[in-house]
Amino acid sequence: MIQGYNFAYLDEQTKRMIRRAILKAVAIPGYQVPFGSREMPLPYGWGTGGIQVTAAVVGSDDTLKVIDQGADDTTNAVSIRRFFAKTAGVATTERTVDATIIQTRHRIPETKLREGQIVVFQVPIPEPLRWLEPRETETRRMHAHAEYAVMSVKLYEDIARHGRIATGYDYPVKVAGRYLMRPSPIPKFDNPKLDRSPALMLFGAGREKRIYAVPPHTEVKSLDFEDHPFEIERWDKTCALCGAADSFLDEVIVDDAGGRMHVCSDTDYCAERRRQGHGPAAVPAPVEDAAQ
Amino acid sequence: MYVAVKGGEVAIDAAHRLLARARRGDGTVAEVSLAQIEGQLSLAADRVMGEASLYDRTLAALAIKQARGDLVEAIFLLRAYRTTLPRLAASEPVDTGTMRIRRRISAAFKDLPGGQVLGPTFDYTHRLLDFALAAEGGAPAGEATPEAPDPVAPCPRVAGFLNKEGLIEPAAAPEPGAVPDITRAPLDYPADRRTRLQALARGDEGYLLALAYSTQRGYANNHPFAGEIRTGKVDVEIVPEELGFPVCIGEIDLTECEMINQFVGGPDRPAQFTRGYGLAFGEQERKSMAMALVDRALRADELGEPRTAPAQDEEFVLAHCDNVEASGFVQHLKLPHYVDFQSELDVIRRIRAAAASKREAAE
Repeated sequence: MIQGYNFAYLDEQTKRMIRRAILKAVAIPGYQVPFGSREMPLPYGWGTGGIQVTAAVVGSDDTLKVIDQGADDTTNAVSIRRFFAKTAGVATTERTVDATIIQTRHRIPETKLREGQIVVFQVPIPEPLRWLEPRETETRRMHAHAEYAVMSVKLYEDIARHGRIATGYDYPVKVAGRYLMRPSPIPKFDNPKLDRSPALMLFGAGREKRIYAVPPHTEVKSLDFEDHPFEIERWDKTCALCGAADSFLDEVIVDDAGGRMHVCSDTDYCAERRRQGHGPAAVPAPVEDAAQ
Repeated sequence: MYVAVKGGEVAIDAAHRLLARARRGDGTVAEVSLAQIEGQLSLAADRVMGEASLYDRTLAALAIKQARGDLVEAIFLLRAYRTTLPRLAASEPVDTGTMRIRRRISAAFKDLPGGQVLGPTFDYTHRLLDFALAAEGGAPAGEATPEAPDPVAPCPRVAGFLNKEGLIEPAAAPEPGAVPDITRAPLDYPADRRTRLQALARGDEGYLLALAYSTQRGYANNHPFAGEIRTGKVDVEIVPEELGFPVCIGEIDLTECEMINQFVGGPDRPAQFTRGYGLAFGEQERKSMAMALVDRALRADELGEPRTAPAQDEEFVLAHCDNVEASGFVQHLKLPHYVDFQSELDVIRRIRAAAASKREAAE
């Protein structure tokens, strides 16, 4: 562990301030709570909100998993996991089932989450109305009045122009029937996992200085229309490694001719399935040393 | 068989070793020292201290060295350090009227008490590369010039003279209550002027310069005169709780710019010049002038002017003036986005497939 810094980097007063914001966020599901976001030693836009939330909730007995695009070994996930290994000395893991806290960028793990787990989302733009109304003064007023018609109009315009709702990720949701919320740039494939999840979902936006939350077992509804119901991505392929037909697949270009293969975006899910003998790339279970 | 982007940790370590080597440059050339940066690249240190909001010349020099001369990166380094420091006290407002002046000019009056003092300025240099500087080891240029003069005695501010006649709006009275700290509490709109000035003081120089320039070209022109620009040292005082009176804890270099702008007035109020204010650490004349123009533009509502231009739009100006925030968010586009891109591919393919089948059906 690094010397000269407090446990998990932030000082205790700052953590208290963030915990207060988290408590308020949990009490008002989907509402964006302004907080005194600190300047972190990692760049804005690279997970500073998620890092501050994780730093405020992590304890020495926690086990932390960090993913980016569903993968534990993408460079920014590696960097953030190392940051906490260095500043908090907490155990880290790549296995969803072993983690008590999962910090994520752009995915929710495929493995079903359980009670007691906390998912911390890194959020670039917390305001769901931002691209329809750039002014914070205006969007705060719109939330206060639950004035969300503009979003329905936007989705309707998509249908009029393209024949379908043309939003693939960061698909807007309504939380507990009240606040419109950005689920962060997860694919809409993951939206159903937010609905009544037994895990606590915390969202941190460092640069924009906002925290919001979906408490366990809370209704999260993806916006849609009766005649254009919400739908998720589909593939006519299965994972080329583990054979999964139920996971979000990344498309990978494998040769100069533009040949493609599809693999699970969730590397832990894929590896676990292969360990269990599934798919073309099934492997005998290795002894994994999850801790860093 | 495709192998996922494995080995992230190894790659990161290798990249950082390469960075260390690149920073050092040619090993046969002497390493640059912090004292050299502090002394010979002092304006770079001033900018880093200003936009990092931390007055520490040596740490600024260290940040510049570590950042390979990338000043925005250096500002980031210094800010990330600053955020870990405890706040011991808030100083008394510094009195720039008592500044020990090294440079002081006014573009509004030909002469004035205290005089025009050029000081060490690039102004009126002909921008010709000085090849003599390339021949290192020569006699320091300072030897050929007179000893630096004693600091000019404190001299009254230009705005003060206009104030006596009531020609300019009085300086804003200090607002009651604790000074807000935008590094501790999130900025809320509309912001008061002191919060705005705080954001501008640590705002990106290039951004403020462009906005200030836009006002001069007609996007909310505010008819400015450089009433006064002064650079020099001021005392910083705090009032320790146990003493109850101010004690000086040191001195800092500041550059202050007071712009005199066109007047407001009407039937019930005699015409008065208005003010725009800029203040920056060290010698940052361009920054403080740009800040003063933008400050004045942002007072549109207060002065009853129509808001028509970007520089008058508080939320636009303040939400985007921070270069550490901007740099991080622009550059986060380097991070993997392939999940989101996959979602977009799914959407666009479905739209195109639906359109194609519709066309076929029509044919």
